[in-house]
This record gives sequence, C-alpha cells and structure tokens, in this order.
Amino acid sequence: MAFLHRHRGLTPYLLLAPGLAWLAVFFIVPLGFLAYQSLQSGNFDVGYAFSWAWGNYWHAIRDYRGHFIRSLEYAGIATALALVVSYPVAYWIAFRGGRWKNLLLLFIVAPFFVTYLIRTLAWETILADNGFVVRTLQAVHLLGSGGRLLATSTAVVAGITYNFLPFMALPLYVSLEQIDESLIEAAQDLYASRWKAFLRVTLPLSLPGVIAGTLLTFIPAAGDFINAQLLGSPQNHMIGNVIQSKFLELTDYPAAASMSFVLMILILMAVLAYARAVGTEKLTG
Amino acid sequence: MTDLYTRRKLLERAAAGGAVLTVPGFLAACGGSGKKAAATAASSSHKLAKTLRFSNWTLYMDTNNKKHTHPTLLQFQQKYGVQVQYTEDINDNASFFGKIQGPLSRGQSIDRDLIVMTDNSRYPSLLIKKGWVEKLDKNAIPNIKNLQPALQHPNWDPNRDYSLPWQSGMTGIAFNDKLSDPVLSIDDLFGNPKLKGKITCLNEMADALSLVMLSNGDDPSNVTDKTFNRAIAKIKKAVDSKQIRQFTGNDYAPPLAKGDLAAAMSWSGDIAQIGNKHIHWNLATDGGDIWTDNMLIPKGANVYTASVYMNFAYDPKIAAQIEGGDPKTGDTGVYYICPVVGAREVLLKKQPAIAKNALIFPTKKMLDNVHIFDAKALNNQKYLTVWQNLISA
Repeated sequence: MAFLHRHRGLTPYLLLAPGLAWLAVFFIVPLGFLAYQSLQSGNFDVGYAFSWAWGNYWHAIRDYRGHFIRSLEYAGIATALALVVSYPVAYWIAFRGGRWKNLLLLFIVAPFFVTYLIRTLAWETILADNGFVVRTLQAVHLLGSGGRLLATSTAVVAGITYNFLPFMALPLYVSLEQIDESLIEAAQDLYASRWKAFLRVTLPLSLPGVIAGTLLTFIPAAGDFINAQLLGSPQNHMIGNVIQSKFLELTDYPAAASMSFVLMILILMAVLAYARAVGTEKLTG
Repeated sequence: MTDLYTRRKLLERAAAGGAVLTVPGFLAACGGSGKKAAATAASSSHKLAKTLRFSNWTLYMDTNNKKHTHPTLLQFQQKYGVQVQYTEDINDNASFFGKIQGPLSRGQSIDRDLIVMTDNSRYPSLLIKKGWVEKLDKNAIPNIKNLQPALQHPNWDPNRDYSLPWQSGMTGIAFNDKLSDPVLSIDDLFGNPKLKGKITCLNEMADALSLVMLSNGDDPSNVTDKTFNRAIAKIKKAVDSKQIRQFTGNDYAPPLAKGDLAAAMSWSGDIAQIGNKHIHWNLATDGGDIWTDNMLIPKGANVYTASVYMNFAYDPKIAAQIEGGDPKTGDTGVYYICPVVGAREVLLKKQPAIAKNALIFPTKKMLDNVHIFDAKALNNQKYLTVWQNLISA
C-alpha cells in the first residue's frame, strides 16, 4: 500500500494491466500470427512458408469481391432492420414498461438462452416450403405459388436480423432508459409537438445507444456464415463461408488469413465512415 | 440369377478367407478382458480402455428408434465391458477433416478412437501420409479374414495396415413421388424446370462429378481437364439457373423427408434407412459411383480397444445385424453395402428380404453400372479449389 501511495500515478496503469495483458495475449498476438500467415505461400501437403506473398491479398479481392460486397450489404440491411424493429420495442419498455421492465427485457433475451445453431435451424422450420409462413404469404400473393423463402437472400437477412437483435435492443434500451423524461415534458411545454419532441430531444439523446447497437450488430454480422450456410443457397454465401471453407476444408491457410484481413479492413473503413457521418462524440453521449 | 452368382462368390471367398485364421490372433482377441495380465509395456497396450470413442456419419449404425439405442454397440459393451461413446458428428469428409486437422497437426489427441472417412475423398490417404493415424493391431482382428477380397488392397493402403472398411455405398438420385415424377437422370435433375430450387447436389467432389461426368458420357475414373471443366460447367449452369438449391452432405435427408426437396443427389443406404415410402432411390440411368467408408484410428487413440471393436464388427453375425437391424425388436439397419463376407448368409436365414435387397447386396448389373472416381483428381489442388469455389459460389 505504501508503494502505491508513493507512486500514485501508477494506479490507473496497474488497474488497466489485466485488461491490456488480456488484449495482448488473446488479440494482438493471434492477429500477428494471422498477418504472418496471410503472407505465406505453399500448400498443405508440403507446408507453408513465409514469403511476403502479397498476391494472397490481391487474389482475395480479385476472386471474392462479390462475396465481400454481399457480406457488407446483408450486414447493412440486417442492421437497419434490427434498428427499425428494436427501437419501438426498446422505447416502449423504457417509457411504458413500468414495473414489468425486467420481465419484458427477459422476453427479448430469453430465446438467446438457446444456442445460435439451434435458433438458426428453427428458422429453417419456420420458413419451410410447406410451412405456415410461406403458405400465408402465398395466400395473400406476396409470394408466387412456386415461391419460397428458404435458400433465398430474404431468409439469410431475416436470420441475421433475428440472431443479432438483442445486440441492438439492449444498448438502445439502456440509452433510452437514461433519458430524463422532464426534458421531453419541457419540450412539449415549449409547444413542440410530440413528434417534434421525439425528433429534437429523445432521438438525439438516444444516439449513443443507436451507435453502439449498430456497431455491435453490423461488425459480427458482416463475418457471419451460419445463416448463409443454413438458410441460403450458394448464391447467398457470404465471405465468412469462403473463409471457413478455405481455412477448414481446403486447408489453404494463407488465403483464409488474407481474406480475414481484407474483411477487417473493410469493416474498419465502414465503421470509420459511419463514425464520421454521425460524429464520434455521440458514442459517449 | 445374379443373386446365386453373388452368393456362390461369397461362399468361395469365405472359404478362402477361413484359411488365414491365425491362432495367436484368435488368442489375442479372446484375451480382451485379461486385466490381470503381467504389467509389461507390451501387455499394457493390450488392455481395453473404459470407453471407445467412435465418430461416425449419421444414419450409419443399427438403431432402435423407440429406445434410441444402437443394439450392436450395447452388445459390444456387454461382451467387453467397454462403454461406447458414439457420436454422429461426420456430415461430410471435408468439414470433418477441417475439425480434426488442427489438433492432429499439433500432435494433440482428438478424443476419438475410431473415425470413418470415405476413400473417394483425399483424406484417408492424406491422414496416412501425414502420419496422423495409427496402424491397426491386426493380432486383435482375426476377423479381418472376412473382408471382401475386392476391398483388400486399395492403392492408398495396399495391405490395410491403417484402415478397414465400414460400409460401401453408391451415389444416385432420390426423389419424393408426392412432389415429382421419377427423376432417373442427372439431365432431368439439373434440367427439369419443375424441379427448380427443389433439388440439392452433394458437396463431395467425387460423388457429384462422377454422376455428372457419366451424364456427359465421360469417364469419371480417368479425369482430364477437359472432362473436369465440362462437368463443372454443367453444375455451374444449374447453380446459376437456381435449379440447385444447396450443396449438402448427409443433411439433405431431413428436407427431403419434410418435402422441402423434391429430389436430391443421394447416397444409397440413407433412403432405405429413412423408411419413407414416398422417397425412392435409383442409380442414375447414366451410372453412379461406388465408394467405401473406412474406419481409421487417429493418433492418440487406444489402438487395442479400437481394433477389438473392428474385430467385433467383422463377425458376420454382428455385421448382418448392423446391416439389416432386427425386425423382431424393431431395429433398423444401415442398409449400405456390407464389406463382411458371411453376413449375407446370416441374413438369408434370418431376413431373406434384406439379403436379397439390391441396395445392400447389389446385383451384378448394378455393380457394372457404378464407377470409382479417379484418385489422382482427388489430390489435384487446382480441381479442389475450383470445386470449393463452385459450392460456395
């Protein structure tokens, strides 16, 4: 204690140390390995060797451009849908939930006690060609008589939206919950309509939740492959499917590693552009 | 006619095989429960483990559907006191290899004593080449004499030092007669507009390419760039026109049974085991392919226990039960092609219908119409990459 007392300036660093060590060991070091691997050449039978093989990156972009674009597109649409679906729900729970708040939040989280894979397989049943959903859509002519949902991009995007919904809903709820309702009342006292009060007061105050939610949804969704694998057709495969098959099935580690880096860079660029557009200070409120 | 032919052949083979029976081998197998054996290094490896960890494909073991048990595995447990931890975690060769190659390459155990991989993928030979599988303890497998002669010397393991067949099977086409007219050819499967989006293709390169090459009039046992590209182009066309809904391993079976699929490229025994009277399996009119799944003992496994199990499974009585189940207790079998000589004789007495089922003991006409995929092509990295890119679009 005496030591800490004398070197008071050290305290924050000591408190940060476990977290930093964790990041270094489980993020920075593996990332370094991945970067090293992405520049190797050779094949699985004879082994891979480091050779500054920048061609891996070029091939990744040249051959799989479509998959990269599709991944960002699906993740973007799913994020927007999740926002549209979650915002009213989170709003209602935060302002009208009353003493049921915790129970209602539990309802949002409850399906996620079931594993990811099983949840996605459940969608296979929900969207089955002879299932209730498809037959209803056919009855109201939203879907042609031979139409289907499984093995289409609709099913993939729907699956991603569903699977990442809590990552959007919970941060939204937290930021809406913190809003001081007297501010909204004040706006209405000053002759703002309810709609205007929402646009000028509630929405800006909830932006940190919107930004946190969209990032938490978009980033993992762009790398997802389970939904495309189970609910999509080969035309709907995302870059995650390609990386998975390169890494595990073709055992072409350098190609898989370089694709992972390209994906990381693309996501980083998308996130930076987004942060610039809405302003980073909003993230911290 | 053909049944008689096959039967005589089998009897000849069984007689020839009988001569190979060795006394030491027989003793080794009997000594399985000899726990009080002297504790020398050699005998400690001849001690049975408490559990046998067995990874297999789905629908690949005799099953009692009411009790959800595998009767022959229970018999093994009773006979040897070894509990069988049976996991159906192999859906296709590539993804299973993907799962196990990491630990094996680092010299770690994969917590399995037996795995099953297909000879029409590159993986059995790759596992041997990499030194990731153990040699069989042949002293513990006197029943190896019952192995069908045609399967005794595959080019990737000429003396069966590392592998023993589990089942063979054929690849053909299955269809649901409630949703479709009979689908008997690849051209119909890939071209019939009524089947658009209602069919799947197998994700095993050898299975898919064999059938498509035969439909092109090409020879799948001798793949050239030209015939390869022609087959790929045909499949790609069916993908682009959205005829093919998905590429699958074993997982085509549930949607086919549910009615999401009208037809599928499919493995012979699966359909018999699903037991849905509306789903039929046929060899494609242009021909199909034949393959063999092999039991292998991964590094870090208990070789002796795995070998004792192999011996057990090669007892014709047990093999017959694995194949045909037991109608008395309502057990279903695997209904694939049995590699064990003598099993058919057992079945002829107990369940003649199964013994005469051409899916399990194929007729000569069928065997003449099935081909073995080119082993060179299986290891061609260029082909593998093209294939993988095709199935993940």
